[in-house]
Amino acid sequence: MKRELTYSKAIREAMSQKMREDEKVFLMGEDVGLYGGSFGVSVGMFDEFGAERIKDTPISEAAIAGAAVGAAVTGMRPIAEIMFSDFLTIAADQIVNQAAKMRYMFGGKAKVPMVVRAAAGSGSGAAAQHSQSIEAWFCHIPGLKVVVPSTPYDAKGLLISAIEDDNPVLFFEQRKLYQSKGMVPEEMYRIPIGRADIKRPGKTVTIITYGRMVQMCMDVAERLAKEGIDTEIIDLRTLSPLDKDTIIQSVKKTGRVVIVHEANLTGGIGGEVSAIICGSEAFYYLDAPIKRVCGADVPIPYNRELEKNAVPTAAGIEAAVRDTI
Amino acid sequence: MIAKEKLIEMYSKMLHIRAFDEKIAFFFSMGMVHGTTHLYIGEEATATGVCCALKQQDYITSTHRGHGHAIAIGMDVNKMMAEMLGKIDGYCKGKGGSMHIADIEKGNLGANGVVGGGFCIAVGAALTQQMNDTGGITVCFFGDGAANEGNFHEAVNLASIWHLPVLFLCENNQYALSTPQKYAMNIKNISDRAAAYGIKGMELDGNDAVAVYEAVKKAREDVLINGPMLISCNTYRYMGHSRSDAQTYRTREEVNEWKRNRDPISRMEKYLFETGFTNEELEKIKSETEQDIENAVAFAKASEFPGLETVNTDVYA
Repeated sequence: MKRELTYSKAIREAMSQKMREDEKVFLMGEDVGLYGGSFGVSVGMFDEFGAERIKDTPISEAAIAGAAVGAAVTGMRPIAEIMFSDFLTIAADQIVNQAAKMRYMFGGKAKVPMVVRAAAGSGSGAAAQHSQSIEAWFCHIPGLKVVVPSTPYDAKGLLISAIEDDNPVLFFEQRKLYQSKGMVPEEMYRIPIGRADIKRPGKTVTIITYGRMVQMCMDVAERLAKEGIDTEIIDLRTLSPLDKDTIIQSVKKTGRVVIVHEANLTGGIGGEVSAIICGSEAFYYLDAPIKRVCGADVPIPYNRELEKNAVPTAAGIEAAVRDTI
Repeated sequence: MIAKEKLIEMYSKMLHIRAFDEKIAFFFSMGMVHGTTHLYIGEEATATGVCCALKQQDYITSTHRGHGHAIAIGMDVNKMMAEMLGKIDGYCKGKGGSMHIADIEKGNLGANGVVGGGFCIAVGAALTQQMNDTGGITVCFFGDGAANEGNFHEAVNLASIWHLPVLFLCENNQYALSTPQKYAMNIKNISDRAAAYGIKGMELDGNDAVAVYEAVKKAREDVLINGPMLISCNTYRYMGHSRSDAQTYRTREEVNEWKRNRDPISRMEKYLFETGFTNEELEKIKSETEQDIENAVAFAKASEFPGLETVNTDVYA
């Protein structure tokens, strides 16, 4: 049965259903227990599962991530919540040097089935150290998987897959989407990690995006549709591994590409997507230069209007689409 | 009184650690080993005393200076030697080398190339043990240098509030590369830091294998009931930090003083003679060790190099 659920509740439902099914799954992080998480994602889980499996930690991001690594490599399936993805920097050694590399370093003799969930993105006036989109950093680390869901439906299905995955998965929750609603089946289902989703089929221009920007692109697409500009929107959903086939097939169909992400331009995943297109047979189908609409290369500012304009806007996306035609 | 078999096991492990690392030092001098390595020579009593007091359900997290821990926990010197030579039959199929030797089934969650990288992993392993009520503990080996990493604080604090069965086991070998412990911290005894976390702390003579064994055997039971403990074993590394260390930070006299008066193997031999072992018994263990290391070298040399296609495997499960 499908019913409307918020992005936040969809994440909670994924965790709760997996925890009911598998005793190895548990959640730990700052304020995740009785308080229910600083964004309320785990509200009620403490009552159901108790302090043993919904574990409040001190403010110790390295220990949260590292304890997840140690628990995972010895047979558990921990979910570690890092309050803001900005604080992944404090946990970075455990994620980058330990979790990601353990299997390879040990010659394939280790499994590290852990999920690190973190709230990401701008739009709440929290300024430079609480608003970043640093997901691309982790795509540069072999051994990690990186997921950024854009809808409640995707969030639930992708998180279930992430918990069941035998590799470390970074799950970037979009802070501005926590209260957004969408239809979500009540039963468990899985969305495969590594598969993009065509959120809107179209023929004229391909927009490749993910996360919070997906909805903004959908709105722009509806507006443009009235003028006969038929936009195809690809939601990458997983940034590592990237679904190259879906990207290439779409570009071969439309010949025009706009890449949109909230993360700042330089070193962002858009550069990789662009290189994939240019290095494939899709290159010969291009009718216009690839456009990137990304965050400015600045820290996220505090002032409301400055903040809005440090990341892609609907007007900017629309202009970029028109530029390709 | 420690059983005779246990004493033989301890002496044999100490000899194996020294002989293994002396062989590695020789290979380096001959240019036969790629990269770098950190030798455990001089510290044999600590790894041996600790690991001989552990049980099958226990884990350890090791360090960049990890050969001693691996041998002491019962890992196969053949596979270790093969890994050192980058061969396919090595513990890590030639992908890890000296700093990543691991054997999860034997309880070794891995050597670690990052100083202090194992603190939080040990906490997580102990969490598994606590949640599954396995009756096991995790020993987190680290050095005096690592004690100044921030992860030390996060891990010891978390283990203490969750009453996790972790034994934080410092090997104070006096130097973090060139930096003396007495320069890098304002206290003499690293175990004094235990008080800050409300846990028990203890200083041990890390060159006395019997003392370490007996203390850790008791500590193991304590940790299972009362949660973490911090033990610091005072010891000394005879060799440089790594292969490229010119050792300008200490005198030859200082090194010789440790070798002459506090050598862990000589002390173990003295103890064994005092408890009634004969020279023949010890000679037998020595020659068995020599043979084991020669066999390991032969095994490693005979093993193939990994196929180039393996560079891309084992990244993801």
